[in-house]
This record gives sequence, C-alpha cells and structure tokens, in this order.
Amino acid sequence: MEWLQQLINGISLGSIYALIALGYTMVYGIIKLINFAHGDVFMVGAFVGFYAIKGWGLGFFPALLFSMAFCAVFGVLIERIAYKRLRNATRIAALITAIGMSLLIEYGVIYARGAQPEAYPDNVLPSTSFNLFGAQISSQSLFILSVSVGLMIILQFIVHRTKIGKAMRAVSHDMDAARLMGINVDRTISYTFAIGSALAGAAGVIFGVYYTKIEPLMGIIPGLKAFVAAVLGGIGIIPGAMVGGLILGVVESVVSAMGFSLWRDAAAFIILILILIFRPSGIFGKNTREKV
Amino acid sequence: MLKVNGIDVFYGNIHALKGVSLEINEGEIVTLIGANGAGKSTLLKTLSGLLKPKSGTIEYLGSSISGKAPQSIVKSGISHVPEGRRVFANMSVEENLELGAYLRKDSKEIRKDIQSVYELFPRLEERRKQLSGTLSGGEQQMLAMGRAIMAKPKLLLLDEPSMGLAPLMVKTIFQIIEKINKDGTTILLVEQNANMALSVADRAYVIETGRVEISGTAAELQASEEIKKAYLGGL
Repeated sequence: MEWLQQLINGISLGSIYALIALGYTMVYGIIKLINFAHGDVFMVGAFVGFYAIKGWGLGFFPALLFSMAFCAVFGVLIERIAYKRLRNATRIAALITAIGMSLLIEYGVIYARGAQPEAYPDNVLPSTSFNLFGAQISSQSLFILSVSVGLMIILQFIVHRTKIGKAMRAVSHDMDAARLMGINVDRTISYTFAIGSALAGAAGVIFGVYYTKIEPLMGIIPGLKAFVAAVLGGIGIIPGAMVGGLILGVVESVVSAMGFSLWRDAAAFIILILILIFRPSGIFGKNTREKV
Repeated sequence: MLKVNGIDVFYGNIHALKGVSLEINEGEIVTLIGANGAGKSTLLKTLSGLLKPKSGTIEYLGSSISGKAPQSIVKSGISHVPEGRRVFANMSVEENLELGAYLRKDSKEIRKDIQSVYELFPRLEERRKQLSGTLSGGEQQMLAMGRAIMAKPKLLLLDEPSMGLAPLMVKTIFQIIEKINKDGTTILLVEQNANMALSVADRAYVIETGRVEISGTAAELQASEEIKKAYLGGL
C-alpha cells in the first residue's frame, strides 16, 4: 500500500504546485506575461509565514493570512514598479524584466537576512498519522490538501461570482472592450496580481510547514515546476492550473516511488517538452471555438 | 449635446483624424459615413476615451471630456458598441449584460433593465445562459447593443452594426436602433451601408481620409448627386 501513500504525497505536493501555478496562469491570462518573479513571491511568503510563527508566535491560520496579505501587497508593488510601464512594450522586454525582478528579490532577501536556511517549527500543526487501507497517512498532508482545496474554491467563487472576478475575465478576454464597459483595467490587473501573489504566499507557508526547510533560493524550482503545471493545464486557464499542478505532483511522486527519485525534477521538464511538442495549448486549451 | 472641435488624432505615426469637427444634438440620430480607413472608428474610439486627441476639444453636456479615461466617459453617459461586436465570448449572454452595467450600483434596477433588454431582443432571452461566443453574428450584435444600453447611456456610439449580417438581420437591427432612439437615447451611427444609415438618420457627416468633407441633413445627402455616386452605389 505504499502506492496509496505516494499518491497522497503526490496530491499534497501537487496542490502546492497548483497554488503557485494559479498565479502564473492568472497573470498570463490578463497581461500575457510569464511572471518569473512569481516563484520568489512564494519564497517571500514562506519567510513571512516563518517570521510570523517563530517571531510573533502566531498560529498556522493567522500566519497564513498574514503572509497572504503581505504577498498580495508585494505582488501589486512588483506590478506597479516593474511591469506597468512595460504594458505596451514588446513581450520579450517584459519577460526579461520579470527575470530581473526574480533575481532582485532572491538576492535582495539574501542581502537583507543572509543566505542561511531556516526550519519551520514542527509543532505548527498537530501531526498524527493514521492507517488508511494499510497506508500511513499523516494528518498534516490531509490538512494541507484541504487548505489548498479551500483556497481554490474561494478563488473560483471570486472569479465567477464577484464583480471583480467578472472584470478580470473581461479584461483577460478583451482589454479594450472591458474599458468600454467602464472597467478600470489598471485596477483589475492589480487585483489579479494581489490574488495570484496571495495564493503564492499561502503556498509558501504550506510548503514550509510540510517540508520544514526554507531558504532564499527555494522559489526557483517550485516556481519553474508551477510554470510547467500552468502550461500543462493550458496557460491562462484557471482550472487548468489546478489540474496541471495535481498531475505534476502525482507524476513526481510516482517517479520517486518507482525508485527514480533523482529523476523527479527531470520528469517535470520532460512533461513540459512533451506538452510543447504534442499539445502546446495544454490539456484544457482550445484552439478553435465550438459553435452551436 | 456633443461638440467636437478640430480634433487631431494619431495612430502611431499615422495622422488618422485631421481637424475633425462635428456636433450632435440631443435626441438625434447622426450618421458618419465613409470608406474603409477614412477614420470613422478612430473618431468613435476617441470619443469613448480609448484614444486621446493630440489637439482640439471634445465637449459633452457642457464639460470637456477629451483625454479622460474611458471609465469616466462611460460614467458620464456615453456608451460605445465597438466594431466587430467584441462580446466577451467566454461568458454567458447574461454575464455580458451584467458587465454592461459594471459602473452601476443599483442592483434591483439592473435586473429590471436586463429584462427590458430581453424585451427589446427576445432572441437574447432564449440564450441567456449560453456562452456568447456561440451566438450568430446578428445575435452578437444584439448582445453588444444590449450590453451598451445596460450602462444607461444618453449617447450611444454604434460602429458598423450591420457589418457581416444578412439583409433581414440588418433591417431588424436598424429598426431597433430607431426604437432605442425613440426611447430617448441620442445616437451616433458609423456605417458603410450608407443607404440604410441615411434612411434612419436625421443628419449625416461624410468623412474621407481623416477629414469631414460633407455634412448636412440626411435628406440633403440622399439627394446629392455626389453622394449617390460615391456611397450609394450610383442608384
């Protein structure tokens, strides 16, 4: 029953990828920019959560909310400072700026606090494990999974039921038509960055609680993998990011379970290559619109 | 109601409008006719704030709106139905209508107005839950117009509402334009179908390569030999 255990590990890991991938995909959907600094927002979220728990003695949920709020503001600042003035520039200019932003955040954090890793305290969440069909399942991984799923449900609600969500979908479909409705496009883009970054911040705290060790360059690999997840699901499509993240997490766990743990990271990028060759628009991506 | 005074608009390096002036009085249907690339759509985009004039003034209900952001222009009562409908294809008909009322806060009135749009366009009610990308061209035009009406405009800018539609549908759309006007909305209609446009309009402007060349009442223009030759197919 090791398989079931690996599957649950994979889903927990995948839900973290999915949370990060959502930010990638939302930002891409609205301004067609691959925000490579997004993985670093995840890292900042992990550190903010760490200081909130360790320094101020906050519990898991207050620390999670604080980190999400912090990252929301941080994400909006990144957009305002670095990307907004490039709205009409070439896409490669914006992309290079995003990479520069990513390095700036990584080394800014190292400059501010040093490069040494930190360890999340292990008593943030109660950890008991129980037996399910012979598999050892930790309550932590179920808890983390339910927090991630809860956040994704809230996101779906925001995007489909609220005014700001409708504005986001309108802007991502047709910016000028959205302007003609009276939608403030700049503000809508800021909200998108705020929501995406808050999810990355949440992912950072969850990652810290689950894997314990955090360090200033921790955002690079999960960030890239979340990007793969977003492309896998179909970039710009919100349910795609969720499914892509989960698939990626499960594939990685399966690869490890088969005894190829050193190939874990390679698996993600092999998926990226295969997707780009065989289905560049991703699982949920459509090239043509159906007519009824 | 609207007074445009000598505006110059550039598209990058292209001088798209050269000193264009026109005037629209409350309650009128004014049409703007001209060939492809004459600058008709550019003028509408400038009026709705998507483009900024380099010089000249736009006065609406006594105050200047040139260079203002689209959202404040929509708020002041000008709605623009863009060329090619530009409905939000990934959203349902009803969501499109709700977005038309984006700046309004009176949710009860909004529900009522959605009902009156459905009365105006019964086809839309049948398809209210359908994704708007799956509608026919005529239905999309109806939706784009209904969506613009949801903002409760005093002045409605219509860009080529007949484009790509079957003749019967064109007729329906023009009947509805007249009805919207009778209900109290002033209309600026951009059309290539000059015959149709002049038949519903009170006054008309003819625009060529960025300049207003001729203006007058619709009847005068319909009678003019020059217009007949150039725009009405020499009938």
